Amino acid sequence: MSDHVLSSKMYYGIWIALMVLTVVTASVAFIDLGPLNTVVALLIATCKALLVVLFFMHVKYTSEKLTKLVIVSSLFWLLLLLFLSLADYSTRHLGHG
Amino acid sequence: MATAAITAEREHYLNKEYGIRSWLLTTDHKRIALLYLMSITFFFFVGGFFALLIRLELLTPAGDLVQADTYNKLFTMHGMVMVFFFLIPSIPAVLGNFLVPMMIGAKDLAFPRINLLSWYLYIIAGLMMLHCIVTGGVDTGWTFYTPFSTAFANTKVIEAGLAIFVAGFSSILTGLNFVVTIHRMRAPGLTWSRLPLFIWAHYATSIIQLLGTPVLAITLVLVVFERLFGLGIFDPTRGGDPLLFQHLFWFYSHPAVYIMILPSMGVVAEIVPCFSRKRIFGYKAIALSSIAIAVFGFLVWAHHMFVAGISLYSAMIFSILSYLVAVPSAIKVFNWTATMYKGSISFSTPMLYAFGFIGLFTMGGLTGLFLAALGIDVHVTDTYFVVAHFHYIMVGGAVMGYLGGMHFWWPKISGRMYPEAWGRLAALIVFLGFNLTFFPQFVLGYMGMPRRYWQYPAEFQVLNVMSTAGSTILAVGYILPMVYFLWSMRYGKIADDNPWGAAGLEWKTASPPPTFNFEEMPEVTWEAYNYDEIPAPVEVSLER
Amino acid sequence: MSDSPVVVEQHHGPELRHHFATVEQQRDASSLGMWLFLATEIMFFGGMFCAYLIYRLNYYNEFAAGSRSLDITLGTVNTIVLICSSLTVALGVRAAQMGKQKLLVILLLLTIVFGFAFLGIKGIEWYDKYKEHHIPGATFNADDIVHEYPQIHIDQSHEQIYFSLYFAMTGLHALHMIIGIGIFAFLTYEALKGKYGPQYNTPIEIGGLYWHFVDIIWIYLFPLLYLIDRKPLR
Repeated sequence: MSDHVLSSKMYYGIWIALMVLTVVTASVAFIDLGPLNTVVALLIATCKALLVVLFFMHVKYTSEKLTKLVIVSSLFWLLLLLFLSLADYSTRHLGHG
Repeated sequence: MATAAITAEREHYLNKEYGIRSWLLTTDHKRIALLYLMSITFFFFVGGFFALLIRLELLTPAGDLVQADTYNKLFTMHGMVMVFFFLIPSIPAVLGNFLVPMMIGAKDLAFPRINLLSWYLYIIAGLMMLHCIVTGGVDTGWTFYTPFSTAFANTKVIEAGLAIFVAGFSSILTGLNFVVTIHRMRAPGLTWSRLPLFIWAHYATSIIQLLGTPVLAITLVLVVFERLFGLGIFDPTRGGDPLLFQHLFWFYSHPAVYIMILPSMGVVAEIVPCFSRKRIFGYKAIALSSIAIAVFGFLVWAHHMFVAGISLYSAMIFSILSYLVAVPSAIKVFNWTATMYKGSISFSTPMLYAFGFIGLFTMGGLTGLFLAALGIDVHVTDTYFVVAHFHYIMVGGAVMGYLGGMHFWWPKISGRMYPEAWGRLAALIVFLGFNLTFFPQFVLGYMGMPRRYWQYPAEFQVLNVMSTAGSTILAVGYILPMVYFLWSMRYGKIADDNPWGAAGLEWKTASPPPTFNFEEMPEVTWEAYNYDEIPAPVEVSLER
Repeated sequence: MSDSPVVVEQHHGPELRHHFATVEQQRDASSLGMWLFLATEIMFFGGMFCAYLIYRLNYYNEFAAGSRSLDITLGTVNTIVLICSSLTVALGVRAAQMGKQKLLVILLLLTIVFGFAFLGIKGIEWYDKYKEHHIPGATFNADDIVHEYPQIHIDQSHEQIYFSLYFAMTGLHALHMIIGIGIFAFLTYEALKGKYGPQYNTPIEIGGLYWHFVDIIWIYLFPLLYLIDRKPLR
């Protein structure tokens, strides 16, 4: 992890951004975007998560490539679980499988 | 040759401190390895006891030894104990704990106290499982399939599930410790491409432990919640899907079989070059194949569900992926064999086990490919063909690798040589007993005998009797090493630092090692398996 | 590639465990250890996200109706509470790095306060669910939801699955929150004893990583549980 002390202004800035995004996501939920509602909600959540990971958890400032590899790998594994399971469920009603 | 460094005079990790407290509160990875050795050996015999009862029942076609419900408990407890309390921890927790720091020139693992915690979690889990067994046991099969386990079983599902949950945590922490240790604590000069393949194997195993076990954990938690609170996540009468349980369960439990086999492969990769007096052939291929197995192993789980009701299209995908996962294993077998070519082979006990491993693992692995073919699987799934397949890999493979490793590193661990003649005899008995037990089961399965059945048609009896006879021989083969290892601790020949003339940092320190492993931290300037530079030892003697 | 040099006697405090060669090695090991642990937590919660995904696709109406029965104001407030707690954690790490012990203790205590606030609000939400008979099990009754949406068919067993997942996911999240509060209570105690400063603040750093992770889980739980379908009803 990095040794240099980061400015408190940066932390407050990220905090504001996270609050804004929270209010946005709660508000947008009331607008009818059809199937995009889910997409937008997850995108906003991902932005918030990225802000926390990169800035609060210092991943942006670390020179450790291994940390980033661990994060990316675990997310990839989670997606493996989700999508390969979905491969079954989403094709169950095709043909006579 | 043995110098005057008699163990009683020199301080090492065994005699540094005496007393129960010094063992139960130790943070020395070597002592923790021995604590694990005692615990998993105990559970091996518990699981083996259930196996003997199963084989006794199957001597006759009628269900006449135990009742059907009891039989269900026998094969369930056999599976749960053997998988979670023997196979998964075995090599990593015993040989891995002992050797990983030594092989990389470190004083201990990265987190010694967490290592001790791992053992205590294992013991707590073991006690929970024992309590479950003596208060009635579980009858769901080690696979806990729903909705039987959630809605219908009236046995101790919750306790067994929680016991395995705790054991899983132990496994996760061991994996975490190994990954951090291997990344952060290698000796100067020890680059990734100079690491022993045992380390690569344990690194790959640890990745599986870290990424797979948590999914089993949450699945068991959901099963427990379902039983406790009457939820319906896996219950079809309440909108749930039993296949969801199977997807989540096998997402871990398939990679789990690679947790069980990869460390054994690492052991074989150490034994074969040593007793061929040759550098390993295809170091990079073997190293990367371990990683490949760890990764591909996560892509194939639904091959356990081909007839359960998954879609045909996903079955085809998982079938193809299952063929892929065999490739890295095959690469290993070819490379080990190529290592032996034109080598100077000695048939020591560890090498005999390695031979056994290569042959039996290959058979087990190839029969896995039969099962991966959808058409064949429809015919032989849930028959003894499957039982034989996985026992060839788990017993013919993993357990033989474990025994080979125990013999190979016994001098390092105990400072004593085991009696070589008895070692070779036991290896032979294990090999013969194993094949007599499990080869007939391939035939039985192909002929249609279902697994988990407590009675069967009379035409299957001859093969069943052969199998049971084999299991008694196998039992003898397993008891022998226990006896002579214990015997050797008092009466065995005192071991050199490097009785086998083996490569690896662990052989550059005393047998048994000092508590901090090395007098001086080594600096590595040579490649792995430099057998061209290491003189062969004096011929391994057969004298007692 | 190992960074550790051949061992040289080094100025170090009592916090350097002797199987490590240097303080940097110890800190890097601790950090990697915590990140790997968080990876296991991603997979742990991931199993539930998988169940959620499958059932939401199949029982969308029931999931949407169940989602609407949650109090979006309380959910949003709780999200904000956790974000504030992540801020205090991050500022706490910074305070430790700068040797500001008093500030560190205040920030750690504030984090714990926010944690309790989150749990308190969650408790209120769960109590509401209890009153509405939405707790899965023998007492589950979703008649109110069925009546609220006469235009779509609500299958009560599917509705129960939504709430099973709601309670499983928020319950395990809350359990992690409680553990986090415990960890931070310990860190506060050690900070009061002056244990952390510029030369040694690893426990604060890795405790912080854990806390941020629990926050991130909630960042995803909030839209997935509360915001499935808040469009005005036609």
